[in-house]
Amino acid sequence: MQVGAVGGVADVLARFPADRVRLMDIALAVQSEIGFLNDEAVHAIAAKLGMHQVEVEDTVSFYAFLDREPRGCHRIRLSKTPVSLIKGAGAVADAFAEALGIAVGGTTADGMFTLQWTSDIGMADQEPAALIDGTVLTELSPADVPEILAALRGSAVQLPKSTVRSSLVQAGPLLSGPFGKADGTLAALELTPDKVIEQVTSAKLRGRGGAGFLTGMKWRLTRKAVGQEHYVVCNADEGEPGTFKDRVLLTEFPDLVFDGMTVAGYALGARAGLVYLRGEYAHLWDALQEVLKSRRDAGLLGSRICGRDGFDFDIRIQLGAGAYICGEESSLIESLEGKRGAPRDRPPFPTERGYLKQPTAVDNVESFVCAARILANGAAWFSGYGTAESAGTKLISVSGDCARPGVYEVPFGITVNELLDLVGAPDAEFVQMSGPSGQAIGPKDFGRQIAYEDLSTGGSTMIFGPGRDVLDIALQFSDFFVDESCGWCTPCRVGTTLLKQGFEKIVGGRGTLADVTALESLANTVVRMSRCGLGQTAPNPILSTMRSFPEAFEAKLRPEPFAPRMDLHQALREAVTIQGREPVPEQA
Amino acid sequence: MDKEIFHFTVDGVEVEAREGQSIIAACDAAGIYIPRLCHHPELEPSGNCRVCTCKINGRNGSACVTPAMRGMVVENNTPQLTADRRTLIEMLFVEGNHPCPYCVASGDCELQALGYRLGMTAPTLPYQWPDRKIDATHPDVYLDHDRCILCSRCIRASRMEDGKTVFGFEGRGIKMHLNIDADGGLGETQMAAIDKAARVCPVACIVIKRDNYRTPNGQRRFDTAPIGSDIEARRGKQ
Repeated sequence: MQVGAVGGVADVLARFPADRVRLMDIALAVQSEIGFLNDEAVHAIAAKLGMHQVEVEDTVSFYAFLDREPRGCHRIRLSKTPVSLIKGAGAVADAFAEALGIAVGGTTADGMFTLQWTSDIGMADQEPAALIDGTVLTELSPADVPEILAALRGSAVQLPKSTVRSSLVQAGPLLSGPFGKADGTLAALELTPDKVIEQVTSAKLRGRGGAGFLTGMKWRLTRKAVGQEHYVVCNADEGEPGTFKDRVLLTEFPDLVFDGMTVAGYALGARAGLVYLRGEYAHLWDALQEVLKSRRDAGLLGSRICGRDGFDFDIRIQLGAGAYICGEESSLIESLEGKRGAPRDRPPFPTERGYLKQPTAVDNVESFVCAARILANGAAWFSGYGTAESAGTKLISVSGDCARPGVYEVPFGITVNELLDLVGAPDAEFVQMSGPSGQAIGPKDFGRQIAYEDLSTGGSTMIFGPGRDVLDIALQFSDFFVDESCGWCTPCRVGTTLLKQGFEKIVGGRGTLADVTALESLANTVVRMSRCGLGQTAPNPILSTMRSFPEAFEAKLRPEPFAPRMDLHQALREAVTIQGREPVPEQA
Repeated sequence: MDKEIFHFTVDGVEVEAREGQSIIAACDAAGIYIPRLCHHPELEPSGNCRVCTCKINGRNGSACVTPAMRGMVVENNTPQLTADRRTLIEMLFVEGNHPCPYCVASGDCELQALGYRLGMTAPTLPYQWPDRKIDATHPDVYLDHDRCILCSRCIRASRMEDGKTVFGFEGRGIKMHLNIDADGGLGETQMAAIDKAARVCPVACIVIKRDNYRTPNGQRRFDTAPIGSDIEARRGKQ
């Protein structure tokens, strides 16, 4: 690696068109060439794209995986989630830190290694997990560390522990084959585009990301909207901690995903599809490109798909760079356009003005799989599963304190108790449903159903057994939102930090009832005033824990009516150190 | 071509709007004041501060970025919205460093004026005391980052009105801050004191040098009348 190699940057830039929409790709490619985005690289990128330096910095400074400072040749990113910590990520981090002689967050003096924590990397069923230079390592223990470092220092072709076990534990009707590569597309081509949308509508398919918008309606609105182009976007920014079902789909069923996207392309009259793949899943890149190539070779992508005149559709993959907010559809579109992932105000909705201001349907990976299967098997087959308001099956990503973590395909309507039996968690004390942005529920809610009309979920299901501290885990989730707030709007940018601080005071045993009341009030302001779904759900770890586990809060409270935020003794430590003597103890 | 004229209601009062007009622009014209901070009537709206959030057909949304629609029902002046807006103003106060008594903008500052208008008295949120710098490298303009509330007015003005793109954001979340189009200080950019970007700052982050205290404290805009009075004076005079 040659830091600041101007020739290298020029060569990389020459590979790309002068199109600012491709800024993310260019920044990632330049970084991979020279290690980090130094000022010269930023200037060169700005010149290439005809942009101002401040505009390039606006984008690149936003993403966790883009660096403006030099880092080690090898990047060790350890997944930090409540589940990874339960499984021993702390000891793994300590072992790395000790072996490298640096703290987490540091870089070794020889510039070889940077060690850091990162948000969930989509491996919750195989924690402790890490991303090392883009490779996934799973089920790590401190004993693995010397071997891993030796392999990185040497020239090992494969890192130890870099095998990812299949996460699919239970397939249901959706994922039980056999299926061809283009069953959905072939069935769609028998129908008019309007009839395809009708079929998805009558199957009552709702968005699998968790919001549950009717997919058929979204497609109809997009098709109806006037534009020079229409776009199909697959949201593969699976960033909600605890979920990994999209990784399973993209690894084991990529043809179903692309088949579904092609169905959408036909239905919407789109010529381009884009997959927004989270940066943490860069390890899937080569395999997905292979699948796309084989589909092009088979006439399933490109021009005249399946021999149909006028049906031209192809798919490009856009790699993200570490930003949870980009799972929000309007932020995702901004990011696709090479900008910071700040959400847009609606209206206009993406169905009307999305990618490049054109009508765009953004759907979850799983939604496209459902669409492909609905076309192949019929709407009635699909809506025969599930409940009246939640048709079909749902992929649930299960992790935490259970015997059999992994992905389960279950019909909507299954109760939490039934799910816990299925995965082997008889002593679960609480479950984090739908990730940090969802809710923490206790046994009194375990009889409820997983369905849009009851417990709505994008799939993340983290199970916590006896001895786990519900408040400490909620605090970790609050911290996650501090890191992932985009910063655009006041309530989320400032509110997430203030919520965490207020919550810390209570969890630390320094809070009073007045602090709980103030925290709840602040949390509700953030819910009401935030611009997008991230801010509106960021207080959920606190609010849902208050609802489900009031006794955990009560146990932490101090009896007096007021306790200051500041700890006087702590605040005086610096003065004490300088003076070299302890203050005289207070008279009793 | 005349745009279609229609009506909607704000707190029960009928307001006239043209097609494409935002709620806040229609209300401004009608003499109904919706508290706001990042919005500036001469710039494209950006929805950063969320102070102008209203209940629009039952759902919260910002009045600056939401187009008015026929028959829309908007709630603006409610105890809940006032309390939420006051909390936002307080968040901005504690996020930066805002010592009103000795700030050059006191009396002319929209953040301070909104604090008064919305009834912010004693602080209830913890000060964050960020460590921010002053950039005095430009001969005519200085940047006091302590005061920046990330409203993006200067970013929008510089890009759209001045055609310069001197400003932008950098970073994300609570670490997001105002950035300039140079490796060094503001003096290295194309910034000029006559730029629109130098005149839209609602606080005292972008300050023209040698131009302060022309109007003494006590006689400034918001010393004499609460913020929004100019808009409310239009009521019934259309």
